[in-house]
Amino acid sequence: MDLKPTPQEQQFREELRTWLQANKPAPFEGDESTPEGRKAHVEYLKAWQKKVFEGGWAGISWPKEYGGRGATIIEQAIFQEEFTLAGVPHLVNSLGIAIIGPTIIAVGTEEQKQRYIAKILSADEIWCQGFSEPNSGSDVASLGTKAVRDGDDFIVNGQKIWTSFAHFSDFCLLLVRTNPDVAKHKGITALLVDMHSPGVTVKPLRQITGEADFNEVYFDNVRIPVANVLGEIDKGWHTAIATLMNERANLGSSTYVMLKRTLDALIARSRTSMHNGKVAAQDPITRQKLAQAYLELEIFKSNLNRSLSKMSKSKVPGPEGSILKLYWSEYNQRLQQIAQETLGPVASLWDTDDGLWVHGYLRTRANTIEAGTTEILKNIVAERVLGLPKSY
Amino acid sequence: MDFDLSKPQQLLQQSARDFFSRECPAEKVRTLMETDTAFDAKLWEGIADQGWTGLIVPEEFGGLGLGTVELAAVAEEMGRACLPSPFISTIWASALIARTGSEGQKAQYLEAISAGTLKATVALLEASADWNPDGVQLKAEREGGSFRLKGRKEFVSDAAVADVILCIARTGDDLVILPVSRTAEGVTVTLTPSIDATRKLYAVDFDNVIIPEGDALETGYRALDAIQQATGVATIALCAEMIGGMQWTLDTTVEYAKTRLQFDKPIGIYQAVQHRCAEMVLFTESARSSVYYAAWALSENDPSAKLAVSMAKAYCSDSARETGNRGIQMHGGIGFTWEHNLHLYYKRAKSSEVMFGDATYHRELIAKEVVDEPEK
Repeated sequence: MDLKPTPQEQQFREELRTWLQANKPAPFEGDESTPEGRKAHVEYLKAWQKKVFEGGWAGISWPKEYGGRGATIIEQAIFQEEFTLAGVPHLVNSLGIAIIGPTIIAVGTEEQKQRYIAKILSADEIWCQGFSEPNSGSDVASLGTKAVRDGDDFIVNGQKIWTSFAHFSDFCLLLVRTNPDVAKHKGITALLVDMHSPGVTVKPLRQITGEADFNEVYFDNVRIPVANVLGEIDKGWHTAIATLMNERANLGSSTYVMLKRTLDALIARSRTSMHNGKVAAQDPITRQKLAQAYLELEIFKSNLNRSLSKMSKSKVPGPEGSILKLYWSEYNQRLQQIAQETLGPVASLWDTDDGLWVHGYLRTRANTIEAGTTEILKNIVAERVLGLPKSY
Repeated sequence: MDFDLSKPQQLLQQSARDFFSRECPAEKVRTLMETDTAFDAKLWEGIADQGWTGLIVPEEFGGLGLGTVELAAVAEEMGRACLPSPFISTIWASALIARTGSEGQKAQYLEAISAGTLKATVALLEASADWNPDGVQLKAEREGGSFRLKGRKEFVSDAAVADVILCIARTGDDLVILPVSRTAEGVTVTLTPSIDATRKLYAVDFDNVIIPEGDALETGYRALDAIQQATGVATIALCAEMIGGMQWTLDTTVEYAKTRLQFDKPIGIYQAVQHRCAEMVLFTESARSSVYYAAWALSENDPSAKLAVSMAKAYCSDSARETGNRGIQMHGGIGFTWEHNLHLYYKRAKSSEVMFGDATYHRELIAKEVVDEPEK
């Protein structure tokens, strides 16, 4: 047991940190409340990812032959951490890099790899992921978006929901039903869909915070060439599971840094905010809550590091990702509630800290729903870690 | 970075698991808890033969000279067996002696502790039940070349079997650490039955006990420092013991959920049961992360060590209880019986919860470090 970074890990961190300091972009100056401003913001983010790509830092976990660095899991964690610490914009094609690219590399044809892979890293083509549907949330395999074979094409009809980035995506990894007559897991196919195809309609979905981070996507007789099947026809479920595991495994190191930033801001504020007639930081009950928030976050970091150690030996994402996600999502909700209690009515104003606390409180409601609900994650822990019988 | 136990650490832990499952089955725990001392001389001898009484004692004093990570690895297995023994008490005392005392005193006590011929404990708490050493009131009056101890210590673990009791007393404004033989004139040890019959607590009365000044291990701020550091080491051993108990409770509950049939199905098929079990995994694994991080930080003298110990104890205190609560609930009626072993672990968790300070005590220590404005 040695929690110190190895010389290679330290060198990787320093090299990345140096690059980030030298290449950090100026902040976006446009107005994101207008459609033109939002468009300009996407272009700004794409330009940033291109710069990251040219610096050799996009898709570091990918094999070298596909433009990555073959980075270890611990280096990937360092990458997430340093990116967040540096305060640089996120990589706009994050789904493409974390999930879709690796899936294409794993099961795609040579033509597909040649066609799509490089442009994922360079952000020339942005990707989204079409899994959830209005009637298929946790039960993704029950999805009803239909693809019917017509010569060399599939004709796709149906609706997806909660599709992040769809409004500026060029492609979508789409799950469709190609065989309605077999068990639900066995009739699903994964398609690589051009989002600019005739019949694709994207509608932003306004959420509880007032923003629209997600979309509804409608498919009305959309023609997709059979050559765009990823993996095998009717075997898309395996592709989907690998994808979902990657999704959970990826939520860790940057999450810690973001949560730490929020907690630090809260503790700093508690030293000047009044609570029950006292400075909040001197109120014994508030102190207990802040200390609990502090220790739970540090223990999350230790959980994360233990999982990273384990994953770097096993090389496959295991149930650790589910346990981490279960932990931080519920933690974030507790943290936001402590912020509300500590800051009182001040926390409810959109003007306080640019709406940090109102937005944070509301946004965290989604944390225990997105990327696997708390209930589904507990089912996974029960079945895969403890070997309890499947309940459904 | 590698957060796993190394190969030698794993082997040590495995040998501890084998040893305690062989030497300390539940029947043994039950027999010992019905006695006044919960002590088995032969079992202690076995532990000493393994070298574990001197696990963290430097080799020059006959110990294994291992670190806090190895200590945690072994203590975890003691917790899994719900071992009744003066191990934690003796570790606490030996960590204190190692940080105080002359070379001669270290040799005198630590060699005997390593050999298993000397058991020791620390008498810190008084009627106020305050784990902060600043709260010590018991007086050691200087008289000629001696200290005269008068007063009562409470919540002293394993005092009836300890050969030496390290009494923390106040002399003027200073603390002083005085080793007192249990059989010295004026020392009375009285059992105070508590929730956990497997780890006995005692009141110790000192009725004008005379200790030569030269016997004192340390005084003043260095005594305070040593007490805090040694208590940190013992706290991590206790926390490791707690995660062993949590793991036993989790394993036992999951096993029960797989075999207990209701409505014609194993109850582990129901999500209400599954989710409680998943929460137990979360508590147990998070507690384990916190304990091994703190054990590592202590072994490396990392600046985060003190805070890490408090974080681990706060988290383990709450999560061991919550794990036990779920364990009993998932067992239903059988979990409430004397016959089932769950209550042994449940009570141990409850007594460990308050030993070395409960969650609120440690959260306040954490708040002093991270909520209060950093000193310029």
